Amino acid sequence: MNLFHYASPQTFYPLAGRLVPVFAVLAALLAVAGLYLGFFVAPTDAQQGEVYRIIFIHVPAAWMSMFIYLVMAFWSAVGLIFNTRLSHMMTRALAPTGALFCFVALWTGALWGKPTWGTYWVWDARLTSQLLLQFLYFGYLALVHAIEDPRRADRAGAIIALVGAVNVPVIYFSVQWWNTLHQGASVSLTKAPSMASTMLLGMLLMALASWAYTIAVCLTRVRGIMLERERRTDWAMAEIARAGAATGAHA
Amino acid sequence: MNWASLTEFLAMGGRGAFVWGSYGITLLCVLLELWFLKQGRRQGLRALWRRQQIDVDEAAAMPASQERS
Repeated sequence: MNLFHYASPQTFYPLAGRLVPVFAVLAALLAVAGLYLGFFVAPTDAQQGEVYRIIFIHVPAAWMSMFIYLVMAFWSAVGLIFNTRLSHMMTRALAPTGALFCFVALWTGALWGKPTWGTYWVWDARLTSQLLLQFLYFGYLALVHAIEDPRRADRAGAIIALVGAVNVPVIYFSVQWWNTLHQGASVSLTKAPSMASTMLLGMLLMALASWAYTIAVCLTRVRGIMLERERRTDWAMAEIARAGAATGAHA
Repeated sequence: MNWASLTEFLAMGGRGAFVWGSYGITLLCVLLELWFLKQGRRQGLRALWRRQQIDVDEAAAMPASQERS
């Protein structure tokens, strides 16, 4: 099978449509399992008491916010090098969800910081670089929406995505490079996790749920972008005629 | 099981406001995104469909107007 077969909007559109419900159901099941473990199985933390349970959204959201930005940078690079239409559409579809996870990470971090550090916010390396990521997401979204011509908007957005990607390793390693209030990584590839196994499992389930959610949402969004951009092609015209009539629109 | 009662569950060891404030806003964000996604898809489709109908109508009107001229 040709690898580029699914890179054409015409074949990707229906495939994405079939994948959305699968990932949506997966996201819901994983979230239910993760929250059950997080609230009913994972024990009370010896130092922090119950408030640590914020971890089950804080860490997955923070991971996702960084990961989505890297994926956006990846698709931007592919789009700039190979000039593939679908790549830039993927970047655009990912950005709002990345911004959402970034906000959730900041918000839950603030609410976790108050009872444990005594403050909602400090201007330290981890928090400041995460805030910068939020502004990169907003900057990307503002830029691509401000430029009328989609091709120019794509290229300008791709440059923000690529340049901004430098910030992601800064966020990730900030807890090692600088003195910060924020604790070090709870989970890493090189050493055993520093938390109870049920806590870890709950967190990983929530991370997987976030992945499935992101895939479902972004595939839905990319389908909309695809239809808009490809509206002059035969396949898109057929799909618009079919799905558009179903929205109950009247000309 | 960590909780003896619902009250205890909601209290979260006295940190309920922080825990539920985190989960509540997260849930709100997710619901908002899903709602906007649904609205966007619906409105986008409708706009595309209308534009297509206009094109179809114009194409249908074309030969008639050429005959007259």
